[in-house]
Amino acid sequence: MSTSGQLLFTLSAFVALVSAVVTITQRTPLRAAMSLLVHIIALAGLYLTLYAHLLSAMQLIVYAGAVVVLFVFVIMLIGPGSITSKGHLRLPTAKALGAAFVATGMGVVASQIGTVSIAFPSVRGCIEGQRMTQMGECGQFGGVEAMSKALYIDAAIPFELASVLLLVAIIGAIAVARGRSESAPAHPDPWAIPIQPRPAREAEPIVSQQGVQPR
Amino acid sequence: MVSGLASYLGLAAILFGIGAVGFVTRRNLLLQLMSIEIMLNATNLAFVAANRAYPEDLGGQVFAFFVIAVAAAEAAVGLAILIALYRLIKTVDSDKADQLRG
Repeated sequence: MSTSGQLLFTLSAFVALVSAVVTITQRTPLRAAMSLLVHIIALAGLYLTLYAHLLSAMQLIVYAGAVVVLFVFVIMLIGPGSITSKGHLRLPTAKALGAAFVATGMGVVASQIGTVSIAFPSVRGCIEGQRMTQMGECGQFGGVEAMSKALYIDAAIPFELASVLLLVAIIGAIAVARGRSESAPAHPDPWAIPIQPRPAREAEPIVSQQGVQPR
Repeated sequence: MVSGLASYLGLAAILFGIGAVGFVTRRNLLLQLMSIEIMLNATNLAFVAANRAYPEDLGGQVFAFFVIAVAAAEAAVGLAILIALYRLIKTVDSDKADQLRG
């Protein structure tokens, strides 16, 4: 890796670590969302050091452009209720247990990482230390054309299934968030369709041969 | 030697650990969802780094692409559930969501 690549890796890794820690320690969710934005941008920089140009752009578009904005929308929609009041951390015992659990898992991972000593091979057409725009073939790895070929030829069926997944997610999100309760909420939704009062029912429930019909 | 595969995998493991600690220690559902995003990003970084170590094909980057798609769907559905829960219990504290407790 070239010197600038090393510099970008070091800078991005540092920023990603610090912003991740800040994200999980902030008490205000809006500040945490902004820190998550910084984290995502740092990860896009890390993808650039790995020759994943398209994925870096997609990270910025999908995460920074959609997911973080969705988080900010929800925080704004909920308002001051998004800040949980006293004791935003769990009990000390639960915290210690969680930290011990995570530390155990990470220790297992770290003990295995020590055995991985693979230096990155040179990508076909890429010359170390040369500017990306001066190389023709180098941009193929992780670029739009190569990724499109890999997606539409090798992974065509998963790609189509992903579209079905996103459609189901859209419908599910709308169905879950719309709300069906007929009781008036404490903070009425200004965009909710007003619920018409029910017409007065007959005193006797409708009785059929099977018994009382469910409403 | 900073630029090997191990440094990226170690960074991904540390980021995943930070996300996991955030998920198990925070009680705010919004922060827990953000911790899930941090964990998914860490796995994405591991995928892309592994693909850089074996650059014969683009399997790792394609997998990271699908992880991004699934993460977007997860964020949308998770935030929708959060809004529905907030309408029900008027808080985003995940410990208060105990309606199923007998």
